[in-house]
Amino acid sequence: MELEQNILHHNQLLAERNRGYFAAKNMLAVNLVSSPGSGKTSVLERTLRDMKERADFYVIEGDQQTFNDADRIDAVGVPVVQVNTGQGCHLESDMVQTALQKLKPRDNSLLFIENVGNLVCPAMFDLGENKRVVIISTTEGDDKPIKYPDMFHSAQLCLINKIDLLPYVNFDVDKAKAYARRVNPDIEFLEVSATVGTGLEAWYDWLLTEQQKLA
Amino acid sequence: MHEMSIALGIVNIANKACEEAQAARIDSITLEIGKLAGVQLESLYFVWPAAVEGTVLAGAERIIEEREGQALCLECDREFALQHHFDACPHCQGYFKKIIAGKELNVKSMAFTLPDNPVPAPSKTR
Ligand SMILES: Nc1nc2c(ncn2[C@@H]2O[C@H](COP(=O)(O)OP(=O)(O)OP(=O)(O)O)[C@@H](O)[C@H]2O)c(=O)[nH]1
Ligand SMILES: [Mg+2]
Ligand SMILES: [Zn+2]
Ligand SMILES: [Zn+2]
Repeated sequence: MELEQNILHHNQLLAERNRGYFAAKNMLAVNLVSSPGSGKTSVLERTLRDMKERADFYVIEGDQQTFNDADRIDAVGVPVVQVNTGQGCHLESDMVQTALQKLKPRDNSLLFIENVGNLVCPAMFDLGENKRVVIISTTEGDDKPIKYPDMFHSAQLCLINKIDLLPYVNFDVDKAKAYARRVNPDIEFLEVSATVGTGLEAWYDWLLTEQQKLA
Repeated sequence: MHEMSIALGIVNIANKACEEAQAARIDSITLEIGKLAGVQLESLYFVWPAAVEGTVLAGAERIIEEREGQALCLECDREFALQHHFDACPHCQGYFKKIIAGKELNVKSMAFTLPDNPVPAPSKTR
């Protein structure tokens, strides 16, 4: 029997359903991916603190074991649902769907999905997001983009975080960008520091612009 | 390791197909996996026994057809073989490209044994 069926068909179907949900509610959904510790939660905390008066935010936190990241978001006072993936090293679209049923986000809001810290697996699983943002930090190798090409291939924006540490590390920003452009010539970059606050205004502008593009 | 999710996705597809065909079991399954699909075959082999245990795929022969990467250069409009995502076009050194093959991740086909009409296929030994 001939099938020709995509193995991730089921995930893809539910991702399309999530996408439809976001479109119907005029929501911007951002899937945040990075290696462990690149600063996803830190960027979120800071973003939410600075921006929560300017827009309605919701967060879905993916983590294999703990509730720590969700607690950090909760402390900022933004609605958050924690999804524990257990053995799974990435979020799948059905988990997002279930989390949305709990969150019940309002129309015109912004949803952040912090994926599990991992540059391999989350690349393959569409969650139905509007935008995929990959974070690398200056404490990592600047060749990450060609070591994990799928992730950089599928992202629209790359945040280069921990830019405050640049004087102390061997990270070559231009080289990292050149590598990322080899796998994705269209990718955009913003250099930021979640702790010091460098470059965050540009990131906030990016978010608001993307949200306005929806309408 | 997303290979477990991949394997379970395959089991799901096999289950459904088996049900629809009212087949008793699957003799063989053919997968089409592109070299740029992001699947580590060794990892897939590793998780396979646990994923198929007690399912319609238990004991089925697994045939994997690998697909080479191929890209269309968006600068010079020529096709070229792509080993890695980051390869430049060998004709013009450009990086703007569209991947046209190598991302396949499909269950291509299955061979069943039907209960009432046992196909005298070269059945698999386990
Ligand atoms: N110097 C500096 N440190 C940072 C910055 N952003 C994050 N960190 C630190 O990096 C560490 C990891 O940050 P997290 O925000 O927890 O990283 P994460 O990507 O959410 O980590 P996982 O969820 O475990 O994958 C923390 O100790 C942060 O304080 C930054 O811009 N500059
Ligand atoms: Mg985190
Ligand atoms: Zn994985
Ligand atoms: Zn070319």
